[in-house]
Order: sequence, then structure tokens, then C-alpha cells
Amino acid sequence: MSLYMDANATEPLRPAARAAVVAALEAGGNPSSVHAAGRGARRLLEAAREAVASRFAPGAGPGWEVVFTAGGTEANALAIHGLGRGRRLLVGATEHPAVLAAAWPEAGLLPVLGDGTLDLAALEAALAGGPPALVCAMAANNETGVRHPIGEIAALCRAHGALLHMDAVQAAGRGALPEGADSIALSGHKVGGPPGAGALLLRPGLHLPPLIAGGGQERGRRGGTEPLPAIAGLAAALPEPGEAARLAALRDRIEAGLPGEVVIAGAGAPRLPNTSLIILPGVAAETQVIALDLAGVRVSAGAACSSGKVARSHVLAAMGFGDLAGSGIRVSLPWNVAEDAAERFLEAWSAMRSRLSKSAA
Amino acid sequence: MRILVAMSGGVDSSVVAGLLKEQGHEVIGATLQLYDHGAAVQKKGACCAGQDILDARRVADRLDIPHYVLDRETRFREAVMAEFAASYAAGETPIPCIRCNQTVKFQDLVELARDLGAEALATGHYARRVEGAAGPELHRAADPARDQSYFLALTTPEQLAFSRFPLGGFPDKATVRAEAARLGLNVAEKPDSQDICFVPAGRYHEVVAKHRPEAAEPGEIVHLDGRVLGRHEGIARYTVGQGRGLGTASYDGEQPLYVAALEPGRRRVVVGPRAALPQAEVQVAEVNWLRPPSEGPVPCQVKLRAREVPQPATAEWDAASATLRVRPEAPAIAAPGQACVLYEGDRVLGGGFIRRAA
Repeated sequence: MSLYMDANATEPLRPAARAAVVAALEAGGNPSSVHAAGRGARRLLEAAREAVASRFAPGAGPGWEVVFTAGGTEANALAIHGLGRGRRLLVGATEHPAVLAAAWPEAGLLPVLGDGTLDLAALEAALAGGPPALVCAMAANNETGVRHPIGEIAALCRAHGALLHMDAVQAAGRGALPEGADSIALSGHKVGGPPGAGALLLRPGLHLPPLIAGGGQERGRRGGTEPLPAIAGLAAALPEPGEAARLAALRDRIEAGLPGEVVIAGAGAPRLPNTSLIILPGVAAETQVIALDLAGVRVSAGAACSSGKVARSHVLAAMGFGDLAGSGIRVSLPWNVAEDAAERFLEAWSAMRSRLSKSAA
Repeated sequence: MRILVAMSGGVDSSVVAGLLKEQGHEVIGATLQLYDHGAAVQKKGACCAGQDILDARRVADRLDIPHYVLDRETRFREAVMAEFAASYAAGETPIPCIRCNQTVKFQDLVELARDLGAEALATGHYARRVEGAAGPELHRAADPARDQSYFLALTTPEQLAFSRFPLGGFPDKATVRAEAARLGLNVAEKPDSQDICFVPAGRYHEVVAKHRPEAAEPGEIVHLDGRVLGRHEGIARYTVGQGRGLGTASYDGEQPLYVAALEPGRRRVVVGPRAALPQAEVQVAEVNWLRPPSEGPVPCQVKLRAREVPQPATAEWDAASATLRVRPEAPAIAAPGQACVLYEGDRVLGGGFIRRAA
């Protein structure tokens, strides 16, 4: 039996989300149509919009706008291109490629501390040094699970007339989202919905030109017929009560069971409950991921390129890990992880470890 | 057993993976990403993975085996490309496929295979690994037209012991393609790869110039007797024995001229008549023995370049200086940087790199 531990790549579909997807597929209809079928679809769409706003926007979201997109990457790109227009762009060094690649080349890169959290002094210096900015800071990092101090970042941004865009793709559904951002990016399949839908949440009153104009859907913010089944799934993908605590306990059991030679990235910082970045010094992450895969354990390393190669982690590099940046694997527990997952993981990991020392000898 | 197969995306290694899977082995496919394909073809927006990687992945999907893409860009750049350019800058004609086999392929993949608990590494090379009385031996492939034993002569005995070349006994390429078709692999009709993989469109001197600009600096073309006959655009464009690209120095009166030597220090290309080129003795360094070396002169056959049949020669190993002295029966043209491989019949005895004549 294989052990799926790559939830940060994609969460398994939650049963409630699956049911909502199927219901929306069966109902059919285009939300923009004038007739009854259109109105039915429109009702589903607006219900999903309200559910997403009340769940993820600060203070349950009165006045916040929800723009549905095709996913987290698009939501981030929409925010950066829409809100960043005419502003300086300041981007955290450990942001996801969705943000880093959407940023223009002149964007300033904000360093992080050794524990992976944003360097607030550097942020303040950068904000003080020029015209109004758009700051991009993720709520939690996809590789390490480290949470940025969004409240403090937001306060600095406000003090300097900057806007704050928060990539919450990994943090959403894994505990309450921090408050203070002006826009929030979400992804459906990272919370246990299907892939194909994401959302950008906008503080009331923000101007946001579209990336895709199309037929004027989403109040002109995003053209194209809404992927209603995927959106319905995103809205219905709710965590179970006590899920975060259960995953955190499992994650802690794994970390406690690893030998002293192992380094856990960002262990001292607030982290997501389900994520652990485990560095085995001297062993290529690639070798670890393959060895564990062959043993039935699915983990990942770095940011997956479309070619499938395991690249050196820019996140670990930014945290100052140097050569160790090529030796970390990410374990991210899905909502439906088995209760004995910690023990099974440690068994597979130890078997891998002992074989490596044998072949090195 | 668990076997790691180095899959290039071509028909040969695809067939290897398919045959081993068919034989009931637990096959793991691995494809090396050696350079950024997009950068190599200088096309903006091209994927970092070339078609070959995508092909390998499709074959692995078809065979239902796990497949991994290994990022070896840095390793390849340092161990193969930089070495390739340095060799040209030193007035040699490098043979990067052998360097790649020595490092990125057999050294690193054997290590990875062991780390993954595999018992062997299989490749699509045309060569035979024969179980001899004293251990595994490397032999020429059954198909002399495809034989790649020359390129494998520098794999160590330990690497050879761990390696498998299932295509070595195939009578010809057509049979391999037929096997690919039988296995339902969509690479069955894929054309053979050409030239050096990381050099786009054969413009190798551009790659060299990027790493080692001095190898692209112009200089004089001089005759063996000292006369300056013309100018060149960088010694990297020349190899010993070459007759093309000499411009005004192509002829001495009616007599065609060929490159006799390259002098990197003075950036000179030395030319002479054909008859002046062959050497009675060739010095070989960095020698790898696949059969323990004997004392005194050993009669054998020798290949001084990839595309020639082995020629009768005598080889003498000087252990003190770690140098092999090879005396071809008929004096031969030897380009420094190319490999010199010794054979006894079909068996590879060992090989090394040709050094500049002192």
C-alpha cells in the first residue's frame, strides 16, 4: 500500500467537494445565460462565492470581492499585474514560482531569515526607500510550511502606503488565515477541491483590471465562462473538525522519530500543521525522492519543473542552507493520511538511509 | 532483479527497458537532463526538457515502469562541456561522449543505482559484456557497424561489472527497431542521434568559444618548415589530419596540406603534406585497464578514432610513468585528445587518451 505524503502538491479530493462537483456537472448551465438553466447555474456560482468569502476573507468578508480564476497561479498573476500597475513590486525570496515568474524583472527581492520568515527590517527599509509598493508575501511556504508574520508585514505596508498581496494557496484550509492583506490568492485543489479553479479575494474598493477580458464575467475582472463544477468543489472543500491538530501531531511524531543528523527547515518558526522539510545532509534530494517512491512513499523536493527533474530548492537557498539546499525532501500530510503513516514513513526512511550508507561504504 | 535503465529517449535504450521488463525484471527508467534544451537551441520559451526526455517518459508510461528525470546540468557542464572546451583550448580534439560515459553516466548512475537498491545498470550501448574466467569482459558488439565498445573502453572494471548491454548481441539496428515496434514503442522509427548532443547544428566552436575564448582567437597557419601560409579563426576549428578550412594554406604549390599539429601557446596551426603526418609511436595517458596490463610489448589491435577498424599494433605499458606506448604496424595519424583503445580480437583490453607527441 502506497503512502501519499504530497498534499502540498495536491490534496486528495474531499468527499463533500466531490459531491458538489458531481451535482454541478449534472445541473449544467452557463451562469451568464438569461434562461432558467443559466439562473440555476448562477445561483450555484453566487452561493460558492459567498461561501468562499465567508470562509477565507477577513471577518467573514463583508464587502470583499471574490474573483474566480482557473487556479492559484492565475490568481497570483491577476493580483500582481492588476494591483502592481504603477507601483514598485517587492516580492519575498521564498515565494512560489507562480509569484516569482509573474513579477517583472525590476521587482525587488525581499530576504528571509534563517527560519524562513520574512526579514521585517529589510522590508521596512525597502518600503521606506521609494514610491508606493505592492508587496507579495505568502501566508505559508509550500516547501517548508513556514508562516510569514502577515500581521506585522501588513502593518508595515499600511504605514508606507503599500498594498499587500498574500498567496494563501498553501495556508488556506490549514487553520485560520491571517488578516491584513489587501488581496488573497487561493487554489481549489490545494484545499481538497478539484484542480481547475482558484480565486482572488479583494479588499473592498480596490481597482483591478483583468488579465483576460473576454465576455466580462466576474464583473469584468476575469473573462471566460466560470468552471462551475470546480468552483463548487472549491467552495465545498471544508476541513474536518480537529484536522489540523491531528496532522500536526502526526507530523511531530515523524520529526521526533528522525535521527540527529537530520535538519528540519524552519523548525523554529510557526509552520503549517501538515508540512515538514527534512534535510538529510550529503544525500541528493533526487535520490531520496526516488528511493522513497520505489518504497511506495510519495514525497517531493524543490519546485517540480514540468520536465519532472528535481531542481535545487530556491526556498532553502534563500534561508541560507547553502549546499544543504539540494538535500531536502518535503513531507506534506494530506487530510486523509493513515493513522500509522508516521511509523510507516519512518520505516521506509530508515531503510533508505541504511542502504545509502551501505553503498557509500 | 531491480535494474536501473538509462533511457535517452532513443530507440535503443527504449528497447532495453522493454526487453528487461518483458523478462520479468523490476525496471526503473532514468533520463539525464544534461543541459537546458531551450538554451541549447536558443529558442525563447522552449521547454528546458527536449523532445528526447518527453519521448523517454512516454516509453516508460507505455511500459508501465517508474521513470525519473535526473538534473545533471551542473555536473555535465563541469565534467563534460568545460572539459570539452579546455581540451580544444589545449590544442586537442576531445571526445566528450567518453568523458560523459566516464562521469555522468557510469560513475554517477552506478552510484545512484546502488543507492536505489538496484543490482545492475543497463544501457542501450552496442557492446557485449562477457562473463570471463577472471570476471566480466568488454567485447565488440555483434554488429560491427554499430559497435560502441570504443566509447566504453574507459569504464572501470567495477562499473563494467555492474553494467548490462542487452543490445550487444543484436545482429543489426533493423532488428532493434523491429523489437521496438513489437513492444509497441512509438520511438521505433525515430532517427538515430547525430553528432555531439549539446552542440546545436554542429557549431561546436561556438560552444568552445563561450567556455574558452582563447580557443577562438585568430592566429597563423604555418608550414612544418616554418613558412607562414595563412591565418585561422581559432585553433578549436582544427584537428590533426584535417584538410578542410585551411584557406590559402590548403595547398603548397600542387601539394595538398593537412593539419599536422596544433600549438595552443602560440595559437598556431601547423600544416604539412600527408606523408608527414603519421606517427610511428602514439603516447596514451589516463589509461583504464579492463584486463590487467602485461609486462613488455603486447601484440594487439588498436583504434585511434571512433570510425575505423582496429589496426594491428604493439602496445607497451610503462607503469612507472602510467603511460601506454602504442606502435601501429603502419604509422598512423593520431589526434591528441581522442581515445586510443586496445583490442585482442573482439575483446577490449583497455584504453586511454592520446597525448601530444613530445
